Amino acid sequence: MSRQPDIQTEMARKTRRGFLTGGIATMAGLAGWAWIASRKLENELQWPLRRVLRVNEKLARGYFSQSRLAPTFPRSAAVAELRVNEDIGMDDDIDAENWRMQVAGSSASIAPVTLALDDIKKLPHSGHVTELKCIEGWSQVAAWGGAKFADLAKQFPPPEKARYVSMATANGKYYVGLDLASAMHPQTLLAYELNDQPLTDEHGAPLRLVIPTKYGIKNIKQIGSISYSETRPKDYWADQGYDWYAGL
Amino acid sequence: MQRIELKHLRATRWFHWVNFPLLFAMIWTGMWIYWANDVYRVGAGDVTLFHFFPDPVYKALGWDHKLSKGMAWHFFFMWLFAINGILYVAYTAISGEWRYLVPNRHSFREAIQVTLYDLGLSKAHPPARKFNGAQQIAYTSVVLMGFGSLITGLAIYKYVQFAWLAALLGGYPMARWLHFWLTMGYVAFFLVHIAQVVRAGWNNFRSMVTGYEVVNSDKEAL
Repeated sequence: MSRQPDIQTEMARKTRRGFLTGGIATMAGLAGWAWIASRKLENELQWPLRRVLRVNEKLARGYFSQSRLAPTFPRSAAVAELRVNEDIGMDDDIDAENWRMQVAGSSASIAPVTLALDDIKKLPHSGHVTELKCIEGWSQVAAWGGAKFADLAKQFPPPEKARYVSMATANGKYYVGLDLASAMHPQTLLAYELNDQPLTDEHGAPLRLVIPTKYGIKNIKQIGSISYSETRPKDYWADQGYDWYAGL
Repeated sequence: MQRIELKHLRATRWFHWVNFPLLFAMIWTGMWIYWANDVYRVGAGDVTLFHFFPDPVYKALGWDHKLSKGMAWHFFFMWLFAINGILYVAYTAISGEWRYLVPNRHSFREAIQVTLYDLGLSKAHPPARKFNGAQQIAYTSVVLMGFGSLITGLAIYKYVQFAWLAALLGGYPMARWLHFWLTMGYVAFFLVHIAQVVRAGWNNFRSMVTGYEVVNSDKEAL
């Protein structure tokens, strides 16, 4: 095969140019990655990634609708033994009789209100069989019973400016922050029953949150206090590097 | 006589090379997430042939204990991956390049021929054109897989808001399962792709970078 210098030269020139462009683009990509990875941490996460999570959250909250429901399952689909993942913030000496929950920041009362389990049980009973989703990736179907958070909020309405709800265990060691729209979703329950039985201690007796529009981390057990706020409340797992919104 | 011929358009090359690190990042950060509930395996009943993944794999690749980080990066790169993929598909459709890419009624038979040739079981050389039948099927499939990853990902990511999509995919656990196996599909694609690129040689590889290929003009070039 005869070599054609002009073709070889031309191809060498194109090769140089192509690989140079590729090299520069690769360096730019790596520099972008290194830049993000080396940014200051904001709750255990580089701030540019936090910002992206906030943008994602903004889109999700814009799209969110209380009329979109988590799919429900037949009662028979519920697992007999629901997995227990965490007990952070839970006290082991709580009994339903003496248990009290504070509701603060409501427009109905300036001072925090103290409620007993019977006060929650007086609200209309509601329930659903839904699939609980752990942020780790597993999911299980469970049958929940209790009162809608929205029904509690009818008695103790959020002030007009409130956008968020904070819930914490009695000792304050576990705490979740929720956007008001998700809290008011018709499937958001203050649950005291699991699989038609009173909630067991390990699942958060006497009262826990069941919020199918969020990952399990937001489904706080042994609720000790609820309060409304205008600003975004602290959240246990968001403080450890997770997405604050954690919405499904 | 040799001459230089344009093989891959500039836009196509950019889409390809931008996609490569993005897909890699999606897989890598996906593994950080998967580690937290690594339930998939190859096997039946009590017999497991391979569990995804054995602990030493996580340790060696640093995939363990990175769930929160994995989710944050995954939900950043997903936008870039999706945008690049959508632009690529739009460009390929509008420019007419899809004609080289989408399989036709001859592709399947040709793909068998190519496979037999590549495995050394047949001496019939595959047709010399831009993409042979096997390539058409493989490259079109991998684009469809990308679409599959987007929809299965969306069904997992916003399960309640897109409950209809999750239902269409067979529910949440099935959507997650599909999302995982599509990922394994990319890995398989990648291994074959690299082997074929190495085999096809420098002139072919260079054309994906420069756009141009040196061809012998005594042969009919297509």
